Amino acid sequence: MVIAAVLALAVGTYTMRLAGVVLADRLELSGSLQRLLPMAAAALLAALALTAALMEGSRFAGVARPAGVAVGALLAWRRAPFVVVVVAAAATTALLRLAGVP
Amino acid sequence: MRTAGRTKATDRALLRDAGAIALAMIAVGASFGAITIAYGLPTWIPFAMSTVVFAGGAQFLAVGLIAAGNPIAAVFAGLLLNARHLPFGLAVSDTVGTRWRDRLIGSHLMTDEVVAFTLAEKDPLRRRRVYWLIGITLFTSWNAGTALGVLLGGATGDPAALGLDAAFPAGLIALILPSLRDRQVRLVALAGAGIAVLATPVLPAGLPVLCALLGLGVLLLPRRWGGGTPEGAETAGDNPVGEREAAW
Repeated sequence: MVIAAVLALAVGTYTMRLAGVVLADRLELSGSLQRLLPMAAAALLAALALTAALMEGSRFAGVARPAGVAVGALLAWRRAPFVVVVVAAAATTALLRLAGVP
Repeated sequence: MRTAGRTKATDRALLRDAGAIALAMIAVGASFGAITIAYGLPTWIPFAMSTVVFAGGAQFLAVGLIAAGNPIAAVFAGLLLNARHLPFGLAVSDTVGTRWRDRLIGSHLMTDEVVAFTLAEKDPLRRRRVYWLIGITLFTSWNAGTALGVLLGGATGDPAALGLDAAFPAGLIALILPSLRDRQVRLVALAGAGIAVLATPVLPAGLPVLCALLGLGVLLLPRRWGGGTPEGAETAGDNPVGEREAAW
C-alpha cells in the first residue's frame, strides 16, 4: 500500500512537470499568453515565499521566521549577493530563537 | 557583447549561489531523512521519495500522512501541492529544451528554486545552463542530505534552530525581486501572494499557492488600477521577467 502511494505520488508529480514542458509548444500560445506565463510563475513563487515566510501549517509562524525573511528581503532589495541574503535570513531567525523569540 | 572576464565572474557567482543552496538542501534533506526514520517508517521510503518524487514540501507532507496511516491522503495532498509544476513547466519549457531526452530528464529536475533561478536569468543560453546546473545540484544535494539524515537519525539537529525555514523564503524573494521591477509583474505577484496568505488558514495545503494564479486578474482591471492588456508582449521576447531591471 505504502509503495503504491509513493509510486502514485512520483508518477503524478512527474506527469505534471512533463505536461507543462510538453504542452507549451503543442498549445502554440499567442504572444500575450506567452507573456502571462512568467507572470503566473512569478505569482506562484511569490505566494510560496510569502506563505512560507508567514505561515506554519494553517497558523501564523511566529516572529522569528518572518523577521529573518524580512532581513533577507531588505538585503536582496539593496542588491546584496544571494548567499548573503540566505545566510543573513537564517542567522537572524536562529539568533532570535536562541534569544527565546518564538 | 560580454567579455570573457565578466562571463567568468557571473559563472563564479552562479556556482557560489548553487553551493549556498546546496548546503541548505543538504541540511533540510537530512531533516527529512531523520523525520522519516523517527516516524518509524521503513528506510527505503525516504530514499525512494527523494529520488522519484523529488519535491521537498510534498515529501514532508506525504511522510506525515503515511506515518498517520493515511497513504491515500498522502497521494492527494502531495499531488495538490505539486500541481504548480504544470504552470512552471509551461514557463520554462523553452529553457528545458526541445529534445525528448532533455525534456524527460529536465522535467524531473524542476523545483521552485530551479524555476526561480532560471527566470531570474535573462540570456536564453545562460538560462539553459542555470536550469541544468541548479537542477542537478539540488537533486544531488537533496539526496545526499536525505541519506545523511537516515544514517545519522536525530543527530542531524533541528533545522529550525539553524533558521533554515527563513533561508528558503528569503532565497526565493531574492530570486524573484528583479522580475518585480516590472510594474505589472509586481502587481500580479503581490496580489497572488496576498490571496495565498489569506487562503492558507481556510484551504488545504497546496490550494492557497495555486490561488495565487488569481493574481493575474489584476490585468483585467482598468488601466489606472494596474490592469489593461499586457504591454510590450511582442517586444518582450521569451523573457519578460527580469528584462526590465533598469526600468524600476
